Amino acid sequence: MRKIWWKILCVVIIFYVIIWGFIGPVPRLAIINESIRNTYFHVALWLAMTTLLLLSMVFSIRYLMKGNIKDDDIASEVAKAAIFFGILGCLTGSVWANYTWGDPWPNDPKLNGAAVGILIYLAYLLLRSSFEDEQRRARISSVYNIFAFAVFIPIIYILPRLTDSLHPGSGGNSTFGSYDFDNNIRRVFYPAVIGYILLGLWIAELRIRIKQINRVREEALIESGKL
Amino acid sequence: MCRTFAARNEVPKAGKSDAGYITTANGKPKAASRRPAPITLNEIKTLIWKEVTLEWRQKYAISGMLLYVVSTVFVCYLSFNLRRNQLTPIVWNTLFWIILLFTAVNAIAKSFSQERHGRLLYYYNLCSPQAIIISKIIYNSLVMGVLSVLGFVFYAFVMGNPIQDNGLFSICILLASTGFASVLTLIAGIASKADNSATLMAVLSFPIILPMLLMTIRLAKNAMDGLDWSVSTDEITTLLSIDLIVITLSYLLFPYLWRS
Repeated sequence: MRKIWWKILCVVIIFYVIIWGFIGPVPRLAIINESIRNTYFHVALWLAMTTLLLLSMVFSIRYLMKGNIKDDDIASEVAKAAIFFGILGCLTGSVWANYTWGDPWPNDPKLNGAAVGILIYLAYLLLRSSFEDEQRRARISSVYNIFAFAVFIPIIYILPRLTDSLHPGSGGNSTFGSYDFDNNIRRVFYPAVIGYILLGLWIAELRIRIKQINRVREEALIESGKL
Repeated sequence: MCRTFAARNEVPKAGKSDAGYITTANGKPKAASRRPAPITLNEIKTLIWKEVTLEWRQKYAISGMLLYVVSTVFVCYLSFNLRRNQLTPIVWNTLFWIILLFTAVNAIAKSFSQERHGRLLYYYNLCSPQAIIISKIIYNSLVMGVLSVLGFVFYAFVMGNPIQDNGLFSICILLASTGFASVLTLIAGIASKADNSATLMAVLSFPIILPMLLMTIRLAKNAMDGLDWSVSTDEITTLLSIDLIVITLSYLLFPYLWRS
């Protein structure tokens, strides 16, 4: 078996997060109440997504440096997994917002930034699909991917902090970790981030393998056609 | 070989700038474009001058853009049913920047697609890509500056001018036109490589330009209300840093785009 341990680890962590996330002790806070458990899902999903996008950008840079098409496969599939997490993060956030802020989509700079960020990466997918030639597609979308990540980070993490936002860490609200982020939460939260990252990598890995098998088969077809 | 190529493709006839290309190219164009090439100010200057001459020779492009701004402003004016008194400052401000955004997208989209394939190859042989992107950014910023100033004058003429701090507003226009130009130039380069470049241009650029647009609108609002400059330092520094990031990235990434 090919290095299966991290997949087992991923499954174990995800089950741990789901079970312990729902029955474990959490701090009691006004308004948020039990919904603080959503930290394990919403916040962790966003962190995992950012990490995956960073990874995708690193592979895009690697592609531009070395020109190996496999790097581009990795970059694009990891980005797709990240978009999937982004959409899940939006949905979980929406549920949370509905019960704490009273509106599934409050007019909040961070939310709008998140929507714009997802739009940027959907545009990346559109850009990819508009090229026929593989190398050309890889090069141009790598350029866009790097550019997109450099714009994505300010949209999500810097601009909302300059304005008033309902999210923690902006507009005078305290950040996480200052006082309400106690050890009970940490015990589940950090594994959750790792678990989601592993899950994303797993999804991406499967898709990359499908892509590469398809490529090999296509090449074989072309070869046999020639011969 | 370069010279024959030039003759066949009717490259700009400006004799002076031609000489400039040849001296900077050194006869080793390919190597120069792969290395972080030694770009000279002279090269950039020549390229900008070439853009200006080209633009001047085919005046329809720039006059078309001017007409675009003017007619959009006029359409907005008529659509608001001539009641300028009812236009709140927020609507005034937002409308102006959205008009400018669309003008910028339309004006800059052509900066790569208007060049024919053969001519692009010719530049590829002669100049370093960094010089090309820098010159295009500078040139597009100039065009955007001119368009937005003229657009503003006409807009203020028909829709009224509620601005109290003209100095801050002109800084705002300056920052916005450089910012729009630098973001859109790279995006135009990306989009011009694809087939449906008009759609792609809009789809790729709008989300990326959004933070810049929001910051600009906020800064312009401060200028309209005549607030103290110290209130706006946050916005100015953010805009400047976004501009800087974008220009650096364009400088670093364009060579890869150029090669394909």
